[in-house]
Amino acid sequence: MSEHSQEEISKHVRTYISVFAALAALTIITVAISYLHLSTGLAIAVALFVATIKGSLVVAYFMHLISEAKIIRYILILTAIFFLVLLLLPAIGHF
Amino acid sequence: MSALIRYISKPHPVSGVTNAKLGIWCFLASELMLFGGLFSAYIVLRGSASEWPHGSAVLNVPLATLNTLILISSSVTMVMSWASLALKNLKKFRFHLSMTILLSLAFLVIKGFEYHSKFEHHHFPSTDNFFGMYFTLTGLHAIHILGGVIVNAYLLFPGSKLYETEPEQFLGRIEAAGLYWHFVDLVWIFLFPVLYLL
Repeated sequence: MSEHSQEEISKHVRTYISVFAALAALTIITVAISYLHLSTGLAIAVALFVATIKGSLVVAYFMHLISEAKIIRYILILTAIFFLVLLLLPAIGHF
Repeated sequence: MSALIRYISKPHPVSGVTNAKLGIWCFLASELMLFGGLFSAYIVLRGSASEWPHGSAVLNVPLATLNTLILISSSVTMVMSWASLALKNLKKFRFHLSMTILLSLAFLVIKGFEYHSKFEHHHFPSTDNFFGMYFTLTGLHAIHILGGVIVNAYLLFPGSKLYETEPEQFLGRIEAAGLYWHFVDLVWIFLFPVLYLL
C-alpha cells in the first residue's frame, strides 16, 4: 500500500465514509435486535454474525487487507487456524 | 540507528512489504491469540455456569453503544489521517490524528464512568465469573486504548519530525499505528455484543 496515486486515495476516502456508515448502522441494528429477546442460541448466532460482518469491513477496508501483499494474508490464515483451535479446543473438551 | 533496520520505508524484495508492516501484523497475530485465550475462557466459564446474567440486565447498553460509535469514528479518523498524509496534506493529517486521540480519550472517560457505577453497585472483578470476565476483557481492552493514545500522541507531536527527513518511513509508522488502532476497534466490535448484548 505504499505506492498510491492521488486519485486512488481520494477514492479510498469515499470508501471509508461508506464503511463508517455501514458500521454505525450495523451497531444500531445489533442493539435493536438484542431488545427483541430472541432465544439464547439464535441471539448468539445473530449477534456474532453481525459482529463478523462489522469486523470483516474493518479488516478489509480500514486495514487494507483486500489489497494487501500475499505474505500478510498467509500469516493471517495461519493465525486464524490457531485462533480457532485455541477457541474451540477447551470448549470441545468441556462439553 | 535507523540504518540498522533495513527496508522500513521501502518494501523488502522477499516479503513484498516493509519490515515495519510485517512486524506490526505479526504483533497483531500474537494479540489475537491473547484475546482468543480470554474469549475461550469466557466460553468455558459461561458454558459451565448454572446462572449467567444477561449483559443488558447488569451493564449499561446505551453507554456502551455510544462508546462503540465513538470507537468506530476514531477508526475512521485514524484511516483518514493516514490518507491525508499519503496525499501530503499535513494540516488535515494533524486534524484527523488529533480527533482520533480525542475520541479515544472520550472512550476512556465513558469507560471510567461505567466502571465507577459498577463499583458503586459493589460489582467488582471478584463478585462473580461474569464480572471477572467483564473487567478482565474490558480492562485489557482499555489498556490497549491507552497504549494507542500514547503512540498516536507521540506521532502527532515529537514523532512527526521524522516526516521532514524520512516522509515514507513516517507514513509507514502512521499506517502501522493505524493497523494497531483498527485491531483495537475490531476487538471491541466482538466484546460489545458478547458482554453487553448476550
